[in-house]
Amino acid sequence: MILMHTPALQVIIPLIAAPLCCLLPKSRLAWLFTTLVSFSTFAISVLLVWQVHAVGVIDYEMGNWPAPLGIKYHIDSLSAFILILISAIASITLLGARSIIEQEIPHSKHALFYTAFLLCLTGLLGIVATNDAFNVFVFLEISSLSTYALIAMGRNRKALMAAYEYLIMGTIGATFILIGIGLLYMQTGTLNMFDLHDRMPIIGGFNSVHAGFAFFTVGIFLKLALFPLHQWLPNAYTFAPSAVSVFLAATSTKVALYLLYRVFYTIFGFEFSFSTLHLGAVLLPLSIVAIILSSLIAIFQSDIKRLLAYSSLAQIGYMTLGVSLQTQSGLIASMINLFNHAFIKGALFMCLACIAYSIKTTRFNHMAGIAKTQPWVAAAFVVGGIALIGLPPTAGFISKWYIVLAVLETSWWLAIVVVLTSLLAVIYVWRVVEQMYLREPLDNIRHGTPVPMMLIICTWIMILLSVYFGIDNRFPVRMATMAAEMLMP
Amino acid sequence: MMSLITDLYAYWISVLLMMVGLYIVIDHNNLFKKLIGLNIFQTSVFILFISMGKVDQGTAPILKEGFETFSNPLPHVLILTAIVVSIATTAVGLALVVSINKYYKTINESEIQAIEREEA
Amino acid sequence: MSLFTNILASLYVPLLGAVLIFLCRRFPRIIEIIFVASAAVLLFITFSIFKFGSAIYHQTFELYPLIADIPLAFHVEPLGLVYAAVASSLWLVTTIYAIGYMNANQEKKLARFYMCFCIAMMGVMGIAFAANLLTLFIFYEILTISTYPLVAHKENTEAKNGARTYLGLLLTTSIGFFLVSILWTWQVSHSLDFTIGGILAGKLSDGLMLVLFTLMIVGIGKAGLMPFHRWLPAAMVAPTPVSALLHAVAVVKAGVFCVLKITVYIFGIDLLQSTSANVAIVYLAALTMLLASLVALQQDNLKARLAYSTISQLAYIVLGAALATSASMIGASMHLATHAVGKITLFFCAGAIYTVTKKTSIKDMRGIGYQMPFTMFAYTIAAISIIGLPPMVGSWSKWFLIDGALSSGQIVLAVAFLISTLLNIMYLMPIAINAFINRPASTEPQYQEAPKSLLIPLSMTALLCLLLFFLMPYFYEFFQRIP
Repeated sequence: MILMHTPALQVIIPLIAAPLCCLLPKSRLAWLFTTLVSFSTFAISVLLVWQVHAVGVIDYEMGNWPAPLGIKYHIDSLSAFILILISAIASITLLGARSIIEQEIPHSKHALFYTAFLLCLTGLLGIVATNDAFNVFVFLEISSLSTYALIAMGRNRKALMAAYEYLIMGTIGATFILIGIGLLYMQTGTLNMFDLHDRMPIIGGFNSVHAGFAFFTVGIFLKLALFPLHQWLPNAYTFAPSAVSVFLAATSTKVALYLLYRVFYTIFGFEFSFSTLHLGAVLLPLSIVAIILSSLIAIFQSDIKRLLAYSSLAQIGYMTLGVSLQTQSGLIASMINLFNHAFIKGALFMCLACIAYSIKTTRFNHMAGIAKTQPWVAAAFVVGGIALIGLPPTAGFISKWYIVLAVLETSWWLAIVVVLTSLLAVIYVWRVVEQMYLREPLDNIRHGTPVPMMLIICTWIMILLSVYFGIDNRFPVRMATMAAEMLMP
Repeated sequence: MMSLITDLYAYWISVLLMMVGLYIVIDHNNLFKKLIGLNIFQTSVFILFISMGKVDQGTAPILKEGFETFSNPLPHVLILTAIVVSIATTAVGLALVVSINKYYKTINESEIQAIEREEA
Repeated sequence: MSLFTNILASLYVPLLGAVLIFLCRRFPRIIEIIFVASAAVLLFITFSIFKFGSAIYHQTFELYPLIADIPLAFHVEPLGLVYAAVASSLWLVTTIYAIGYMNANQEKKLARFYMCFCIAMMGVMGIAFAANLLTLFIFYEILTISTYPLVAHKENTEAKNGARTYLGLLLTTSIGFFLVSILWTWQVSHSLDFTIGGILAGKLSDGLMLVLFTLMIVGIGKAGLMPFHRWLPAAMVAPTPVSALLHAVAVVKAGVFCVLKITVYIFGIDLLQSTSANVAIVYLAALTMLLASLVALQQDNLKARLAYSTISQLAYIVLGAALATSASMIGASMHLATHAVGKITLFFCAGAIYTVTKKTSIKDMRGIGYQMPFTMFAYTIAAISIIGLPPMVGSWSKWFLIDGALSSGQIVLAVAFLISTLLNIMYLMPIAINAFINRPASTEPQYQEAPKSLLIPLSMTALLCLLLFFLMPYFYEFFQRIP
């Protein structure tokens, strides 16, 4: 019975749990409830992956209305891949984050925090699960609104401006996507993604469809934080509460990338997007600039959360670079980068959450010598940093391998660029490592609050996962290959 | 030439509002006014959608003898959802502005940036 | 034990040692015992691989496919065995020396030190037995990362800067050049396996082959080719056991071993001869050889002088490999072993001198032979071996290298070897002469001989320099197998 409705349950369970969470009296209870809901979404996503392996694709019609009249949820290898990623990250984050949430957020707001978190999770899962274009917009806005609220709960008052700027830019982006959907609907009369794809050859010549494509592009790039529409991301990640930074860094841009795959490969189709409308010509230079510029800026940051945010911008550049290569191996490389980066960045932000718990700040100068008081956290950061640079035996090396190999197929000088920018990562990661290990601890560090065991354990779970996927990468590679073959036949 | 404007007046209005809204968002310093601009921008999109649903000589969708042509109800449904989203966005935005006012004592963006720069 | 189990055990034993040291990190005596025990067990395992004989060479054992269809795979072959044997035997000697040195100099953070040492040895064994370039690269990087805490051990500003140069240069070359060349090789030949005769025959034009070969060899930063050699003198900030490990056993020998293995099994001697892809590297190596010796002459710090000497000696091996004749190959592989034994003795002596007298400057070492006769005698033996005079083992490798240069018609290179030998005499012997001929100044305090825990290892390695000279004929046919 449950198996029949798993696609719907994936989204509905957190959706219904959210208002219930709001009513819970105690903060601990709210946390427990949210964590359990999160783990249940993880369980359902595991079920979905298993079903997709067995059956291939799962189609679920909401209310038994057949598509294209009704809304259809369509789970294939790509969706299942991203669903399990998001739910896993949410679960691990929540498991460890209780103490840091209690420290950073005023007590009266805890239940509301968890409510917003569940809504964000719902939105992200919904974007991935659905096959209806307008449904995507709705879930996109659900996740975005709850994200604005979550970011605004940060300790620093700058979080408010960060959330406001993100609100303005995010809404413009989502509205652009809405315009794109509207223009496509105008020409085809349908909102179902596969139906749109089938009708695309007939309407492909119209200016309105080209305009719709352009609106989609700008909207998705904004959500993806691709240069030059990335301005909201550093502030949002830096000033958000630590647990929110972990979750956002690991999931929100990944879902935007999923949206990119869906819109440009499933709705518009590979030939139309890349051959007729030359998306690759736009994506390639932007990706390269994103990678180089963000890595360079990251080197000079004085707040480590900001450093990691710029590093995320560079990694997003790698993912879009894979897409812009217009080959199947490029697409596979992009997806593998997506998967591995989620765990690596999530783990690194969790290390920072531990540090923020201990010394109430994440500024570079205040972190001197923290390895002496928090050896496990510092060690986790070193492993995460090694993964970010892309050295074996971590998952980062696998991502690097695939992307450089994909780039080598097209042009050798681009491979040199990719490789040289990884070396930039060495600089900004090693700055932090030296600061943590090779300096004398300051007073505020010696008197820092001891970090709760659960937070450290969850940090290490994510770190070990990023090492595990460096050693046994069959799951992400297999899923990515299946997904790429489906998107680009 | 004139037919380009008169036939497509709905789209012209929509685009005009879109540009007005975007301009207000970009240009004004007052956070509150930015939200108003955002609202205008979103409203333009609603007009775009709804205007496309109108069928010439169409009535409301009524299932009865005598009513053959009706306007497309689907865009209305979509826009109802979008309006709700827009309201929610405005609500969150306003809440943020109130909070910002509480902490910064101003809702002028340049003044806020000046305050932050002084602190740094 | 089957061969595969043996190979895996050589990886697990140091790793297990590291884990045990971590668990017992609060008990200094126990971690020392674990440290020496892991080295002893590893030596036993490595030498028990020898008893399988030559039938097992090039039999590949795949662990599992790591990336796409490239497996994590291991095999045994003569070059790898030479490297593994040198590394594991010298590791045992270094463990005893390290314990003595760290205790005598009252260094802190011993658990971290010994742990990283063990992980570094695991990296070394992985490199020695790697069956394809991917496996090689993975353990190569493990070696880089695990030796960083060793170089930065003292944690002062000097150590931080030295370690920064060390890591920066090694990562730049490995990610920037080596990884790219590996991926290029994969793209061109769709294989990364070490095969007899190489895998690149006919796959690239001559010009591109030159670029690929140069990229790959320069990418192996651990081989110390100029201009990426700066990490070696920078790593001198480390405690001397680390320098001994770095400059004799693990890191530099890993570098030249990779050069040798890639030259023989990825490119193949015939390919290099026919396409002249080795031209750039031959001249780069010759240049490094001479320039490094000249720089060594000017160093007053003993360890710095030995560091530049190492760069020069490594260039010998790279030159021998790049020349790609069978004689030069034999010379290069022999030199891997002979230089290791000689250089480790020299570093042990330097460390002993520092421990007893706290001196690092050569001009302060007048007459020290009168106070530390055993140490300086061992130094002299090792210096003669490095210079390449009989009856020390270094003469064997020198002979084959020069023979290789002559037989391939490169008179210029043979002359370069001879000039370099002359320079070796000029920068190594004065220290010994100064120690014995001149009496120490009367203002000097009376020094004792080095403590036993330092003396025994360095005497053992010095003795090896002498003994191996006479034992080399038994090993000669072993080196001949390297095609």
